[in-house]
Amino acid sequence: MNFDRISRRRVLQGTAALTFGAALPLRPATAAETTVGFVYVGSRDDYGYNQAHAAGAAALKSMPGIKIVEEEKVPETDAVEKTMESMINLDGATLLFPTSFGYYNPHMIKIAQKFPKLRFQHCGGLWSEKDPKNAGSYFGYIDEAQHVSGVVAGYMSKSGKLGFVAAKPIPQVLRNINAFTMGAKLANPKITTQVIFTGDWSMPVKEAEATNSLIDQGIDVVTCHVDGPKTVVENAAACGAMVCGYHVNQAVLAPQAYLSGAEWNWEVLYPRFVKMFTAGETIPNFYRGGLKEEIVKVSPYGSMVSAEARKHADEVKSALISGSYVIFKGPVADNKGNTVIAGGISRGQTDPELEKMNYLVDGVIGATS
Amino acid sequence: MKADVGAPLAPFGLGQLLRLPAYGRNIGGAAEFVVIPALALAGSLVLFGVFVALFRKNPLDLYFYMYQGAFGTWFSWQNTLTRAAPLILTALCTALPAQLGMVIIGGEGALLIGALSATGAALALQSAPPLFVDLAMACAGMIGGGLWIMLSGALRHYRGVNETISSLLLVYIALAILNYLVEGPMRDPTSLNKPSTREIGAANMIGSIPGTDVHWGFVLGIIAALLAYILIYHTVFGFAARVAGGNIRAAKVVGLNVGKLILIICFLAGAAAGLAGMMEVAAVQGRTNANLAAGYGFAGILVAFLARQNPLAVIPVSILLGGIGASGGLLQRRLGLPDASVLVLEGMIFVMVLASDSLYGRFGFLRGKAA
Repeated sequence: MNFDRISRRRVLQGTAALTFGAALPLRPATAAETTVGFVYVGSRDDYGYNQAHAAGAAALKSMPGIKIVEEEKVPETDAVEKTMESMINLDGATLLFPTSFGYYNPHMIKIAQKFPKLRFQHCGGLWSEKDPKNAGSYFGYIDEAQHVSGVVAGYMSKSGKLGFVAAKPIPQVLRNINAFTMGAKLANPKITTQVIFTGDWSMPVKEAEATNSLIDQGIDVVTCHVDGPKTVVENAAACGAMVCGYHVNQAVLAPQAYLSGAEWNWEVLYPRFVKMFTAGETIPNFYRGGLKEEIVKVSPYGSMVSAEARKHADEVKSALISGSYVIFKGPVADNKGNTVIAGGISRGQTDPELEKMNYLVDGVIGATS
Repeated sequence: MKADVGAPLAPFGLGQLLRLPAYGRNIGGAAEFVVIPALALAGSLVLFGVFVALFRKNPLDLYFYMYQGAFGTWFSWQNTLTRAAPLILTALCTALPAQLGMVIIGGEGALLIGALSATGAALALQSAPPLFVDLAMACAGMIGGGLWIMLSGALRHYRGVNETISSLLLVYIALAILNYLVEGPMRDPTSLNKPSTREIGAANMIGSIPGTDVHWGFVLGIIAALLAYILIYHTVFGFAARVAGGNIRAAKVVGLNVGKLILIICFLAGAAAGLAGMMEVAAVQGRTNANLAAGYGFAGILVAFLARQNPLAVIPVSILLGGIGASGGLLQRRLGLPDASVLVLEGMIFVMVLASDSLYGRFGFLRGKAA
């Protein structure tokens, strides 16, 4: 071991070229194992986006012959390319999950082209025909779970005012805000959702300020769409408001305030992918689903949630699972009075129009720009 | 002060003064400048080993994986150099103004503005030949970044605003401008969930150094660092800058135009960071979006201070920090250490190097005959 220390210091002292020839193969000798690499953009214990993926990765650990390698806080730059290559070259990973949206293009595409025999599964639903065939992108219709959460929030709010702390006014986020509000309106047609955009995915200070200011306005149920909802959940609970969670179950952070929440269900999806991979089946390049496909789920209701709220929310949930229910069903008006989905038109989850959502529905207080 | 320093200088003409061999003083202590930082580095590695041992991980494994991840294979080397490439340029953004005694910590802002300017140039010149587009991007990036840091310099010189604070605050303004343009006027309408500008086009992308995965930004960084070294240590202009950095009143007494020095040095500093931003667009991302704010500008501050603001030392220190970044992944994967452990190591190195400042001049045998 001491040898390595000396080499390293020599390297640092500028006689670096020596080590070029001394390259040692690091690949582990266990050929029978399949190594799966996971890359996260934030900490894997963020009570949010990254923890949801890490929980999915943890679900693979019990599978025989599967080895997991993980790396957190990898920025969306060429650092992620190097991380993936490092997992491939040094750990022997053959299936990779770069889980952040911004990893896709150009980073994952480039590495997928460089390693055509390996498989890349990206979270975000971006794959198109022009992209490499050994790459895939999956995503979940988490607005379905938001819609059910919204029903619960609608019943539980006494003030009729909900709050939503959101990162950026992009289609995915707007869709969650709208689905949540439309769910709440099933319980209370006059309810409003005040939205605050913080401008970025992880801004704990702004998220705390936004939460406090929402509660100061008389809002009594707060939810969010940011990478780590911990700040929002803890602040809202500390101020005596109720919360609906996002990404993962945050009930442990605020058991007395946590009503429900929209969660990813990667624990179910990832073992499904890995089974397909080890069996030699082709994983679909474009993979999506909602509650029915078990890609998203609704947090168990908190003990304070009323029987009436539970009953209605469960009805909506089972209707979504059976496929007999469409959230974005016309007529839908935006909060400026324009009709955005005409009467008689049902925009089901696979409708590409929903991917371009650029409005906030009636009942939401806030602006997209 | 004025009398002490100004008086003996005054009898010399400025021309004579500037022809003094500026580097002569440094040669005697050269061994010190290698041995002391190396000791500081070794000390922080030992300290980090103890830290890791507290978490019941074997420190020897730690050193082994750090070496393997950073320098142990050809791939690891490329990984290290790729990460070092932007750091050399952003470190110059702090190291150059330091010659004037200024502490500029806003390289991140210059990088973002440089990237935006370069992207704007590429999008405006879509039909031009790629070489021309790349040159225009480099110029736009350097001018954009240069003017950005020059703004801090001007505020300092004309209005007495502290350049450290102003350059830091300008980072947030740069980020706000970037977000505004990327989510508004410059947005590619097809970038739905990841607001971005349009792509500069595959033909305009700058490739890698042949036989490697390392982009040309690394070579540009080395060239820039060499030029900066020559400028600071082997030209009249650089000597004037160091005189002003040593004692601004003395510099004024001998007739140096301090304002001009500040503005030019700040421009060059910002230009280096702007070039880093341009290379991130032209060699890595292919467009501008929020991904560019990856903290290269802030990492550059660390590099510059570890290099004791010496433009040449910036190169090995960038490679060292690139190596720590590259090995961080392996530490997470093999030892189960959290990402933050790498920050702990960087912090330890930083503190040890700063603390080792007090050792200079205490080892007579290192100074040789010149002492």
